Amino acid sequence: MRARKTIPGADPKLLIKDAAKLMPDPMRRSFLRGAASLGALAFLTGCDIIDGDTAESVLGRVSRFNDGAQALLFSKTKLAPTFPESAITRPFPFNAYYDLDEAPVVDPATYKLEISGLVDNKKPWTLDELHALPEVSQITRHCCVEGWSAIGSWQGAVLSDFLQRIGADTKAKYIWFKCAEGYTNTIDMATALHPQTQMTFKFDHKLLPRAYGFPMKIRMPTKLGYKNPKYVVAMEVTNTDHGGYWENQGYNWFGGS
Amino acid sequence: MSVLTADGRTVTGEVVHPGWVRACHWINAVAVLVMIGSGWQIYDASPLFRLLYFPRSIALGNWLAGALLWHFAAMWVLVINGIVYVTLGLMTGRFRRKLLPIHPSEVVATIKDALSFKLAHDDLSHYNAVQKLLYIGVICAAIVVVLSGLSIWKPVQFQELTALFGGYDVARYVHFFAMSAIVGFLVVHIALALLVPKSLRAMVSGR
Repeated sequence: MRARKTIPGADPKLLIKDAAKLMPDPMRRSFLRGAASLGALAFLTGCDIIDGDTAESVLGRVSRFNDGAQALLFSKTKLAPTFPESAITRPFPFNAYYDLDEAPVVDPATYKLEISGLVDNKKPWTLDELHALPEVSQITRHCCVEGWSAIGSWQGAVLSDFLQRIGADTKAKYIWFKCAEGYTNTIDMATALHPQTQMTFKFDHKLLPRAYGFPMKIRMPTKLGYKNPKYVVAMEVTNTDHGGYWENQGYNWFGGS
Repeated sequence: MSVLTADGRTVTGEVVHPGWVRACHWINAVAVLVMIGSGWQIYDASPLFRLLYFPRSIALGNWLAGALLWHFAAMWVLVINGIVYVTLGLMTGRFRRKLLPIHPSEVVATIKDALSFKLAHDDLSHYNAVQKLLYIGVICAAIVVVLSGLSIWKPVQFQELTALFGGYDVARYVHFFAMSAIVGFLVVHIALALLVPKSLRAMVSGR
C-alpha cells in the first residue's frame, strides 16, 4: 500500500478511497448525476427528455461503438514503447479493488492453469510446466484507467506462442480469463496474439510477488490496467463475450491504450 | 437558421453570424460542457495536484466509469463539429476576415479602452484586437486539448503524438492546462455575452 506514495500525481489516500468507492453500489448506476453540469446541459438542449435510463443506454451504445473504433485503431504489429531499467517505478504500486492483505493467496504446489473452449489440448498446466516455457522480458508502461501510470518489468511466455502450443483456434473472437479471487476479463483475439501480450510469471526477474498477481498475470501493454488480469487460474478460447468484472460495471470493454 | 450563405451575408447584409457558425457554436457549447464536467470527474480519480479536486456536484458522470462514458461519447461530437467549424472557417475566409490582422498597437489601445470602460460594441460584426487574440487563443487551446487528449487515450497506438507532448505523464498536464485555458476563456466569454446581451442574441438569431 505504501507503494502508492511513489506514483507521481496520485494521492495515496484518494486511491484507497477510490478502491472503496469503486465497490459495487446501486447508486452508481446513474451515470447522469452531477447536478451543475447536467443543469447546464438541460438548459442548453432545452429539454429534459434525457432521463437516467435513456442516457445510460445511449452511452452504453456509444461505448460499444468505441470498442469497434479501438479495434480499428489497434495495430497487430505496433509495439508499446519500452524503457530502460532505470525508468522502472520503484516500488511498483499494488492496485486493486481490495487491500493487499485481502489479495488471493495461491498455493504453487496445487496450482493448475485450467484450459477450456476452442482448444485441441485442454490438459491443465502446472506452475513448473509454465515456468519451463521460453521466457521473454519487457519494460513497459502500465496505464491505469484512473489516469496514473507506472513503468514495470515483466518476464514470462508469449501468449500467442502458448495458444499455438495448445492448439487454440486463433480464429475465435475472444479469450476469457478467470482469476483466483473471482475477477474475470475477456479480451479480443487480436490483442491476445500481439507480440507483447505475455503470460507473466516474474516481476523484475523475480518470481511474481502476491501483490502483482502470483502465480500468473496476463500483461498487455496495449491495454489499460483493468484489462491485465492477475492471479489467473483459467482461460477459455471462445466466441462468446463473457464480459468482465469492471466492464460489467461500465468501464469500456476494449480498454485499449 | 434561414441564412446559410457561405460568406455570412444576406441580401440585407445584416447577418453577424451565418447559420453554420451558430449551429457549430451551440453544438460545441454542449459538447464542451460535457467534456469539462466529465473531465473533472475523471481528474478526481487520480488528481494531478494535491490540493485541487472537483466536487461531485459540479462534475458529470457520478463516478469514474460514468464520466469516461460521457467523455468518450462527447468526444465524437466535439471533434466532428470542430472539424466542420475549422474547415468552413478557413474555406469561407471567415477566420481571415474576422481574426486577422492583429496589430500590437491595436491590442494596447483596446486594453486601455477596456480598462477605462470605453469599449464600443456598436458593430458586432467587427472584433476588437483583444477579441481576435482571445478567439485565436481558444481555437489553439482547443487543438492542444484534443491532441493531448488523443495522446493520453492512445499512448501506444498514437505513441508518436504522445512523445511529441513529452510522454504520457506530461501529456496529462498539458491536457489539464489546455482545459484550464478554455475554462478561463469561457469565464470571460460568458461574462461579456451577458454584459452585452445583443451579442448573445446575434449568436441565437444571427443578427
